[in-house]
Amino acid sequence: MNYTILVIAFRYIRFILVFFSILTLFRGHNLPGGGFIGGLMASGAFIFQALALGVQSSKNSLRIKPSKLIASGLFLAILSTLPGFFAKGVFFAGTWVKIPLLFGATLKLGTPLLFDTGVYLSVTGVVLLLIFTLMEEWKWN
Amino acid sequence: MTIILLIIFLGAAGSLLIPRQLDRHKGILLSLLPLTAFVFYLIKGYHMKQVGPEITSIAWLPQLGLNITWLFDGVSLLFLFLVSGIGVLILIYSNSYMKHDEGRHRFYFFILLFMGAMLGLVLSGNLLVMFLFWELTSFTSYFLISFKHEYDKARQAAMQSLLITVMGGLALFAGILLLGQMGGTYELAELVEKGHLIRFHPHYFPALLLILAGVVTKSAQFPFHFWLPGAMQAPSPVSAYLHSATMVKAGIFLLARMSPIMGGTPEWKILVSLIGGLTMFVGAYLAITQTDLKAILAYTTISALGTLVLLFGIDTQLSVKAALIFLIVHAFYKASLFMVAGMIDHKTGTRDINLLGGLRRLMPKTTVVTVLALLSMAGLPPLLGFIGKELIYEAKIQTPGIASVVLILGVASNVFMVWVSAMFGYRTFFGKLGTTPKVANEKGWELLFGPSVLAFGSLALGLFTNSLGQLIELALSTVRAQPLHVEIHLWHGFNQVFLLSVITVAAGVFLFSIRQKLLPVLAKINSRFFAYRFADLFNRLLDNFVKFSKNKTAVIQHGYHRFYLMTILVVATAFVWFQIYVTRGWDIQYDFSPIPFYVLVLTLIMIFSALTAAFAQNRLTAIISMGVIGFGIALIYLFYGAVDLAITQILAETLTVVLFVLVIQKMPRYAKFSSRKSRVRDAIIALSSGSFVTILVLNALQIDYNDPISDFFIKNSLPGGFGENVVNVILVDFRALDTLGEITVLSVAALGVYTLIKMNKVRK
Repeated sequence: MNYTILVIAFRYIRFILVFFSILTLFRGHNLPGGGFIGGLMASGAFIFQALALGVQSSKNSLRIKPSKLIASGLFLAILSTLPGFFAKGVFFAGTWVKIPLLFGATLKLGTPLLFDTGVYLSVTGVVLLLIFTLMEEWKWN
Repeated sequence: MTIILLIIFLGAAGSLLIPRQLDRHKGILLSLLPLTAFVFYLIKGYHMKQVGPEITSIAWLPQLGLNITWLFDGVSLLFLFLVSGIGVLILIYSNSYMKHDEGRHRFYFFILLFMGAMLGLVLSGNLLVMFLFWELTSFTSYFLISFKHEYDKARQAAMQSLLITVMGGLALFAGILLLGQMGGTYELAELVEKGHLIRFHPHYFPALLLILAGVVTKSAQFPFHFWLPGAMQAPSPVSAYLHSATMVKAGIFLLARMSPIMGGTPEWKILVSLIGGLTMFVGAYLAITQTDLKAILAYTTISALGTLVLLFGIDTQLSVKAALIFLIVHAFYKASLFMVAGMIDHKTGTRDINLLGGLRRLMPKTTVVTVLALLSMAGLPPLLGFIGKELIYEAKIQTPGIASVVLILGVASNVFMVWVSAMFGYRTFFGKLGTTPKVANEKGWELLFGPSVLAFGSLALGLFTNSLGQLIELALSTVRAQPLHVEIHLWHGFNQVFLLSVITVAAGVFLFSIRQKLLPVLAKINSRFFAYRFADLFNRLLDNFVKFSKNKTAVIQHGYHRFYLMTILVVATAFVWFQIYVTRGWDIQYDFSPIPFYVLVLTLIMIFSALTAAFAQNRLTAIISMGVIGFGIALIYLFYGAVDLAITQILAETLTVVLFVLVIQKMPRYAKFSSRKSRVRDAIIALSSGSFVTILVLNALQIDYNDPISDFFIKNSLPGGFGENVVNVILVDFRALDTLGEITVLSVAALGVYTLIKMNKVRK
């Protein structure tokens, strides 16, 4: 089946969704957003593609298997607990690095951001794994 | 101490990374690990007599009395030598034995893991840590027994041994906790000093029973002995290592550790020696009628373990000394016999003594080694087994009170042992050449290396007892908790004990010579009363238990989603309404801020869609109406400033609708609508649960927080978490552990769905 409207809409919407999901992830610490929301948005983009063009097409553009997304997400999350352990002796203790940029601005990078990225990846992976599996089972398209 | 253990554990993981080119020498390469450990312990043990026992402690969870304490004393030294020394030989043996096995990488991994666990177990100075290693040995044993997991029998035997040892382990854990409460510590070294306190404590007896349950199951004592013959499904190196030389000795090790703390009481003496004596006799008796080489060895192992338990039960200085020596004796001859049995199996293709025979012509070197080991098992001079047996007899003669019973059982068991040894050797290596599936040879030095070292070791230690005496002296002083001097002699002179030995050997040989007449009778008796009865009984018990829980589960887990929901809602409603009734929860002071016009409109839309969903004629309408409610809630969140919540709600709602649409398009149309009766019932449930939620929410407004926790988060979010978005800082910093748990649960759930659906496809 070919959903013309979906296919045309998808071309624009997927890009926007992915872009915003990443934006949401990074601004999450100070403004509404974060890994969980970002992950849901990113997965939404690929679900949209799967609905419009089929699971295989969506899988191809994702390039990485959802199960691997989950694994790498969990890995990043665990990884982010270690710097605190080695620096302060406490698991999960947030550790921050301040990188001075031009014009007096500073970029603050910390383990919570790494952790949030882990959340982002694993949430995306979980949702996509669930939906792809179900869609394949029911032979969508 | 810690480093050696780490080397073994890391070696287990590292064994999987050994490059393919070195595959042929894998066992020999890996044997360097236990060799390092052995040499290390040898050097440290050499100085122990001057330095004394060494205790190193690392705090782990001191609040619970949980420290990683290594207690390096005489007893642990004895066991460390056995575990690491025999480990070296086993790995060399495996190099040839497992060479062509597909699963050899798995094998090496688990056997090294076991080795680490066993070394940790005998080094532990803290009971809780010891328990951890204790369980780890059970698990690795499970994986090694089920090594050939494509065979039903292997899986069953593995499950049986796991269930029995783990149940015993659970009892042991309870016993350890009781012991810790009585003594106020889990440190062995401190508990020994509080021994008198524990022995007169009212909880002494239950604790003893629980700990003995652990010993009895782990060391395959009657009536839990049946898992050990079953465990012979494991590859021969495993049988030789775990199920004769080391793991089954863990129970004995525990007895040796408990002896200075709990030993010496009448309860200990009666219980322990009763169990041990029975096992000793039953094991030896059942060994005679076996025809499988490994089964014969398994039953003699049970008997030997019974002897060890009995000796700890007699609990005199002499008996403990005999036990410690016999421990070494048994490990030496039994490990070498198991390796030989495996080798014969490997080379001839069978382990049945009815098919074997005359192998001495094809395997002359093996014959010499086996005969030496068998002589040690039969307890003949000048081998180490002779010393062991003499000391055991001496200890039994001097048993206070029950010497005669113990002695008769002991002599009978030893007569059987002599008989079995004669049978094992004669039927395998002498007589006519048997018709075996393969023609035997002796190629592969690795196979014969271990048995020869151990067999000639028995001979050497029997003749030169000096170094053995020093080791036993250290161990005995630890068990008896006082410095003692030990000298071991091969020759004790012509005395009562020697007379008993002569009688034993004569009787054993005599019985062997008339076996043609005896064996059929015994086989008949055994098949009627003993054979496999215990294992069968256990299996039936297990089957019935599974059936029972299946029935119960079928009632509770009926599979109708609507009834699950109904159960949850009705129960919750009943409880909450009861509470509301008791506290007059409906008296709410209405003190609302004015509601904006658009919120009111939104609410009306939501109410309308809720009604639409309830009365919808097809699924799609219902789902979309539910979606409207979800989005409405998201908008309300937005009005009141909960932006994160609103976004999440919108996204979750979208996904839910997508999922629903996916599902329903594959479902049939509404075939039939609920009857009027059930609609009324559903309406009542829905209204009452909806109303209690409403009342709860209204009540929640009234609650006066003295110090809301949100203040803390708001205050600390920027300075502590460097974030202005409090919700996010809570998620990824303050409560990051919760979040980690949540994403893990999500991942597991997704993988569960994936496996269920994909597996179902495979089955079709």
